[in-house]
Amino acid sequence: MWRVLRDELHPQGLELVTVGLDTLGGEGCRAFIEAAEPTHPALIDRHHRLADLFGVINIPSSIWIDEEGWIVRPAETAPAPPTPGEAASREVPGEMPPRFVEMMGEAVKIQSDPVAYHAALRDWVEKGRESDYALPAEEVVARSRTRNPEIARGHAHFELATQLEIDGQHDAAIRHFREAHRLVPDSWTFRRQAWSLEPVGEGPLARFWQGPDPEDPQAWPYEGDWLTDIRATGAQNYNDPWRP
Amino acid sequence: MLLRSLRVARQAFEEGTGWKLTSEGACKGEVCIPLSKPEGTVVDVAELAETLNMPLVGEPERNLWALGPEAIGGRALTTALAPELTLPDLDGNEFTLSSLRGQKILVYAWAPY
Repeated sequence: MWRVLRDELHPQGLELVTVGLDTLGGEGCRAFIEAAEPTHPALIDRHHRLADLFGVINIPSSIWIDEEGWIVRPAETAPAPPTPGEAASREVPGEMPPRFVEMMGEAVKIQSDPVAYHAALRDWVEKGRESDYALPAEEVVARSRTRNPEIARGHAHFELATQLEIDGQHDAAIRHFREAHRLVPDSWTFRRQAWSLEPVGEGPLARFWQGPDPEDPQAWPYEGDWLTDIRATGAQNYNDPWRP
Repeated sequence: MLLRSLRVARQAFEEGTGWKLTSEGACKGEVCIPLSKPEGTVVDVAELAETLNMPLVGEPERNLWALGPEAIGGRALTTALAPELTLPDLDGNEFTLSSLRGQKILVYAWAPY
């Protein structure tokens, strides 16, 4: 869907750069990237540089950058382009483990505003700096995530954890992921990344389990899990609301 | 920024953190922080981390450290000037965001989990 949009807007001067946040790198991202047949740069970010550099805490998120290299919108929720009739396709397939049925029940409550977001995107592509949606520099900085010394320390722990994981030091990685979660409690990507490294079951859905294995729940090394945390937050609060 | 040693080449520090070490101090975009002494070709990461208020955490027995981002101004962005970002694609080819100057860019973050 994003590629179709990119191909439409590319002649007007927009390039799409997708970044897969995954410590497993190509092993984790390959199937998804190949299926999208990208005509744009499709990059892989094993250490979540986008979190440090832009304050990305959730997916999908976007950052808009103008022709001169100025950020005109900081990291924010980037809903897929609106497609009429999509709602009808949201049926839960049969034979799904109960956890996935419950997760999908929460996922459908997650809110975003694809119509407003994509109208704003097209307005910016057309008008550039004159667009009301291209924010002034001070506003861009002010709207970026809070970053205090504790949060910055959490980012360092997260980055360390990703390298430990790559180095095969899984237990050490867990210790630092836990510190990152404690220090940056609002980052969904820091949590989801760590949870995805504790797959349950086999096949492509194993990393989407994002929680304790029912066969051995005591082995789960984290405080929270996707279903527990999204219920605590409220699925309707998962994304920050769109701000023009 | 990941480190295998606490003394690194100045250029590696600059590329890893986005801070340029100039005669006016450490600068990022329009923001400059004075340094107590000019830096040489090899920098002491622990010292700079303290000056720039960047957290340094590590597993010293594994010779591995991570230097976290600065917390200047209380926001994730210190400046609206886009930071340099170089990342590989599936084939390992490095791509640098600034190579797209002259075009608008939508950076889209996703994850396979």
